[in-house]
Amino acid sequence: MMMSDSKKSVVFHLGFLALLFLLQFILPAYHHGNLARIMVLATYAMGYNILFGYTGLLSLGHAMFFAAGMYGMGLTMTHLGWTAGPGMLAGLLAGGLVSAGIGFLALRTSGVSFMIVTLMFAQAGFLTILYFGEWTRGDEGFVIRQADRVFAGIDLSHPTYRYLAALLLFGICLMLTIRLMQSRFGHVLIAIRENEERTQMLGYDVHFHKWMAVIASGTMAAVAGAAYALLFGYAGATFASVQYSIFPLLWVLLGGAGTALGPFIGTLFMFYLIDLSSSLTTAYMLIAGVALVLLTLFLPQGLVGEWRRKMMPWLT
Amino acid sequence: MAQKDDAMADMTTPHINTKGLSRNFGGLIAVNAVDFEVPKGEIRAIIGPNGAGKSTFVGMLCGRIAPSSGEIMFAGQNITAMPAHRRIRQGMAYTFQITSIFARLTLKENVRLATSWRWNGDESAIEEATHAALEQVGLADRMHQIAGDLSYGHQRLLEIAMGISQHPELLILDEPTQGLADSEIASFVKLIRDLGGDMTILLIEHNMNVVMDTADKITVLNLGTELATGTPQDIRANKAVQTAYLGETHA
Ligand SMILES: Nc1ncnc2c1ncn2[C@@H]1O[C@H](COP(=O)(O)OP(=O)(O)OP(=O)(O)O)[C@@H](O)[C@H]1O
Ligand SMILES: [Mg+2]
Repeated sequence: MMMSDSKKSVVFHLGFLALLFLLQFILPAYHHGNLARIMVLATYAMGYNILFGYTGLLSLGHAMFFAAGMYGMGLTMTHLGWTAGPGMLAGLLAGGLVSAGIGFLALRTSGVSFMIVTLMFAQAGFLTILYFGEWTRGDEGFVIRQADRVFAGIDLSHPTYRYLAALLLFGICLMLTIRLMQSRFGHVLIAIRENEERTQMLGYDVHFHKWMAVIASGTMAAVAGAAYALLFGYAGATFASVQYSIFPLLWVLLGGAGTALGPFIGTLFMFYLIDLSSSLTTAYMLIAGVALVLLTLFLPQGLVGEWRRKMMPWLT
Repeated sequence: MAQKDDAMADMTTPHINTKGLSRNFGGLIAVNAVDFEVPKGEIRAIIGPNGAGKSTFVGMLCGRIAPSSGEIMFAGQNITAMPAHRRIRQGMAYTFQITSIFARLTLKENVRLATSWRWNGDESAIEEATHAALEQVGLADRMHQIAGDLSYGHQRLLEIAMGISQHPELLILDEPTQGLADSEIASFVKLIRDLGGDMTILLIEHNMNVVMDTADKITVLNLGTELATGTPQDIRANKAVQTAYLGETHA
């Protein structure tokens, strides 16, 4: 009995999720907490990867989608008294709407202009958050009270439940990504990345597919933003700043653009790279920078990308 | 536009035709007021010297290039403003003069992308069309290779396979035999003859043997205008064509 490549890939990733589930029982508290955070940030990176890695569109403005989810949830909970469930939904919808609108406008451009337009929109979003400081508390941000961080009676601020919630979110988004990229729709996204003109001349509405990719990508980023605020209890304008648009690009590049697991591996790697080097020296960004340069020189396809090329060509 | 010709969908309706089709690039008139028509099932060669406007002309037919003025009708419908992908879904297929494939995907994946929308998700029909098209161009045994690893000639054949896998009604080929070996050209000629009759084929071609062996009729473009249209015999005998075409090589 031979498994098809797509089945193999699904089984492999389910196995990986099982491993993450088991890790919670052996990890010391510090790493346990880190991993929960990494899984949420990796979900953000997975959203970014749908657009950058699979569709080939480089956005420099994804922080606005992350923040749309974060504030969609945070503001409705804080000012309208919504509970966690409806709050998450508000975050998801905010992300969907913002990405549909921004995508519609930004996709009138391509290449470098697309990068700059998304960067500008994100900057406008960042300034908007500061401008409405009365509600958003600007740079300072606001805390989401522990009493509100409860879903279906489960206290999400408790490390165990927080880890499980992060894993659930990450697992759902990972399997959704794989499902998407194994579908005909996903194949068209890859075709657009590989040769846009040919894709159009084979009968595909390239513009529509790109727009859908922006919406899928932005919505996943937003859900990650909402979950981040809910699980870690804080929303702030930093998450809408340029550096939060650059992070997912770095994570995805490091882990492997266009691989389902690349975003997680890249996020994990970078998190611990900075964590370790900052315990050694205050010039930790220098060490991190050098490591990044070496990796991009010697593993241009990213960690998972190289691994797929050498060992597992069937990986999604 | 006041279009009064209601009763036009009769048997004599051309499969594709143009009226006053033009395209300028800045000051350069690449295609100049071309009236053109091809009936269903005809194999029409389009020839002309380098820079005559052949690629620009067919580029407008398939929607890659927007016309500066003029109209395009396909199967009785005005498609001048229709986006390219919809024209393809209405039954056109197009191969580029400069090979354009998915170089990092396998041959099979290339052809599947071309044909998968056509069968409404019917997996066995997609497989069958993919396989048949690769078989027709003689690449079936390389199905799992990466397209970018193929020789240039084979990449051209792959692109033709992508076109015919869509079972189009109108197939537009821009210099398909460029870079093919003689034996491959011979099987290409046979393939085109087999397809003709059902399919309308527009063939831009520099190789006169291929043109003479396949075309029902030939249209000659020169400096953006239509110089002549006729049977291969007519064109061979045409004085204006001889001067335009052979002018440079005549002593
Ligand atoms: N995108 C463009 N911008 C400017 N000029 C163009 C463009 N495309 C074509 N041209 C010009 O239009 C004219 C017609 O070009 P076209 O490619 O249609 O000729 P062709 O008959 O296909 O020639 P060939 O046999 O060399 O393929 C040429 O003078 C060419 O330089
Ligand atoms: Mg040409």
